[in-house]
Amino acid sequence: MLSSTVFFVLVLLTFAGFYMGRSKAVSSVSGELRELQSLPGYYGYYVAIWCGLPVMLLLGLWFSLEPRIIEMILISEMPERFAGLSDIQLNLLINDIHNLAQNNITSRQVDAELMAVAERYAALKQTSAWAMMVATLSMAIAGLTYGQRSITPAFKASNFVEKVIMAALIASSTIAVLTTIGIVLSLLFESIRFFNMVSPADFLFGLEWSPQTALRPDQVGSSGLFGAIPLLTGTLLISFIAMMVAAPVGLLSAMFMAEYANPRFRAAVKPLLEILAGVPTVVYGFFAALTVAPLFRGFGVNIGLDISSESALAAGAVMGIMIIPFVSSMSDDAIRAVPLAMREGSMGLGATKSETIKRVIFPAALPGIIGGLLLAVSRAIGETMIVVMAAGLSANLTANPLEAVTTITVQIVSLLTGDQEFDSPKTLSAFALGLLLFVVTLILNIIALKIVKKFREKYD
Amino acid sequence: MTDTPTMKRVREGLKRRYRSEKRFQSFGILAIVLALGFLVFLLANVFVQGMSAFRTTEIAVQVYFDPMVIDPGGTREREALSKANYRGLVRKSLRDIFPDVKDRQDKRRLYKLLSTGAGFNLRKEVLDNPGLIGKTLTVWMVASDDVDMAFKNNASFDKNVKSQGINAKQSAWLRDLKASGQIRSVFNKTFFLSGDSREPELAGIGGAVMGSLLSLAVTLAISFPLGAMTAVYLEEFAPKNRWTEIIEVNINNLASVPSIIFGLLGLSVFLNVFNMNRSSPMVGGLVLALMTLPTVIIAGRAALKSVPPSIREAALSVGASPLQAVFHHVLPLSMPGMLTGAIIGMARALGETAPLLMIGMVAFIVDVPKGFADPATALPVQIFLWADSPERAFEEKTAAAIVILLAFLICMNLIAVIMRKKFERKW
Repeated sequence: MLSSTVFFVLVLLTFAGFYMGRSKAVSSVSGELRELQSLPGYYGYYVAIWCGLPVMLLLGLWFSLEPRIIEMILISEMPERFAGLSDIQLNLLINDIHNLAQNNITSRQVDAELMAVAERYAALKQTSAWAMMVATLSMAIAGLTYGQRSITPAFKASNFVEKVIMAALIASSTIAVLTTIGIVLSLLFESIRFFNMVSPADFLFGLEWSPQTALRPDQVGSSGLFGAIPLLTGTLLISFIAMMVAAPVGLLSAMFMAEYANPRFRAAVKPLLEILAGVPTVVYGFFAALTVAPLFRGFGVNIGLDISSESALAAGAVMGIMIIPFVSSMSDDAIRAVPLAMREGSMGLGATKSETIKRVIFPAALPGIIGGLLLAVSRAIGETMIVVMAAGLSANLTANPLEAVTTITVQIVSLLTGDQEFDSPKTLSAFALGLLLFVVTLILNIIALKIVKKFREKYD
Repeated sequence: MTDTPTMKRVREGLKRRYRSEKRFQSFGILAIVLALGFLVFLLANVFVQGMSAFRTTEIAVQVYFDPMVIDPGGTREREALSKANYRGLVRKSLRDIFPDVKDRQDKRRLYKLLSTGAGFNLRKEVLDNPGLIGKTLTVWMVASDDVDMAFKNNASFDKNVKSQGINAKQSAWLRDLKASGQIRSVFNKTFFLSGDSREPELAGIGGAVMGSLLSLAVTLAISFPLGAMTAVYLEEFAPKNRWTEIIEVNINNLASVPSIIFGLLGLSVFLNVFNMNRSSPMVGGLVLALMTLPTVIIAGRAALKSVPPSIREAALSVGASPLQAVFHHVLPLSMPGMLTGAIIGMARALGETAPLLMIGMVAFIVDVPKGFADPATALPVQIFLWADSPERAFEEKTAAAIVILLAFLICMNLIAVIMRKKFERKW
């Protein structure tokens, strides 16, 4: 509560800074605005920046450091009997102290000693909140006065303000790069910990996946095998089925839209097709698991085939429906990029429209189409919800689409939902799978974008 | 016209070629019809399954608010009132309707007609209005999910539908209730207002919608300013050098990274390194913001590109600085396009599930979240959770939640389309 009040006051101060700076500038030349080096507003922004920016940085620093510092103080003052705990036990203890301080349910018996620690924690938090209030407010006021005092008619406020804005623009543009670095580092870091326990060769070439690790040495049924091949084949099988649905439908509809359809038909149907891509994947998952899979299963029973209720076929077919618009819009672009002269040349020789499409336009657009298909494949490989809901959990090394297979994404989800311990290979293997997924989709995307780009250059 | 042998061959082949032309064209139409057919089937399927969840079944019960049960001390203190045995009251009222039910098992079946939430409702009514104590009132109470399903499928309870968790005796009681007008179907307010529950008849999407809105607020607050600023920098100011190229390639690649990877990023960075609250809309919103950032940037750049250079040049020529030219003239003109991109990005974020599973927004949460740090779930995650539940009644809830989700998405996209139509300028 205190912190939101402080925040509100700080925002108010910043606004006040703007108006104070502007009026100071205006009054410093007694209304003769031509005498000012910059527009009056810039002086306002200048003071506001001095008032708000340092405080914002301080707040960020405070919020990222505060929990740690409080934790350190707590640990150093901990009663004797809590000394010598392992990291995990310590984490649990601190969690309990948090809960106790907030009057939540704790996982252990509460005694007076623990209660005292919790009270100390609450007191520390309170102190920190007050300290933060004093520090930020005094900093804001100091910034305000400094900014206010440096305003003179000749002061180049606009240069300063523009430099700050430019710096903010550059900083925000690096966020995308930082995100990528964050992804790569977090995946790599946890994967390396995983590969310290399981050799990379076992992971990449192992034929069996059963990540249940033994908690006790005498436990049965927990082999802890981390061979990713069955997951990879399962992923590819489902993606292949999806492409068998999406490629013909998407390609044919793209050809029709680009070559036959009149503009009005196109304008009406194209957005409708795009809806297929806009439907959330969890909806497709629901559809696959509760409608399509039972449908296939019932059909299989009728013709005497044993189709699993979590068959790769159902998940793949529904995923195929989802990626139809990707295929069709990418192919549509590729087909429309083929120059008109090639069409006219072919038709001038007496070819029918379909002959022109099949023999001239399709081969000419092929690189672009392949690029689009690769992008669609990468999307299918990374798709999560449909397979989580409609595909199986057990890793089968099979090419039979009627059986249940599992995929990389399904395993990541099943390994990471629920309780996790970050030192077991079982949890860490999810990050290794994530790395594998990231690398595979990245390679596919790079190849696809290269092909598409090359193809565009050819006709531009 | 003279027929040379070549012309003859051409003419003979024409029929076949025209046939193949027709065939090819009809394949194209078939493909489009197929794709649209899938869409219609998908949507119709969900709607048909989901519509019934918007109504719920209630049973009228005469309740005697017995002072001996509710407030034996006669103190009327909240504490005492809230601890009374309301379930017993409900059960007694049920027994009063069917006085000839004596067998223990039969009694238990009788109690199962009403939801376990009926007692809570009574408690709430008494706490809101302690004057009820001592009076006898007819109260409409939520029926159990089995009764609800049976009433929706077979409103006269004439078939013996044992498979739906209602046996012959229960059917008979329900027929009696129906005959005396003590059972009715009403608009399901609970579904919109309350949080998740293990009991399908008490479960609602209120908590999930709130969680989604909170997450989206964080997402919008982060990804729109950052995306717009990045777009402005890359489109207007960035020098053509290696670093800029790296940023651009990066953004394009990020746009096609599978969403679950962003979830892994959130798990290991926001949760494990920064120790943020698990399952909170704050973390969910951050992850979704990073995920939608590329979409917003790409849309923003397209919007900036569509502003003709003459605007910039005119501003510069009357003495504006480059920053002034952009912020005073180009940016306002490209704002509709940027906002459209942001809305589309938000729509994508709203439908996204996988990354939220990674950061623990998949927990079973009953309370409606009130702040950014409260544990919460999101609408698509709620759909996922319900789709996994074994109770049959959750199936219609799932479909109904999907209907709500799709309604939100349609609204957002409609706004985007209307904005584009209204503000789009041809230069």
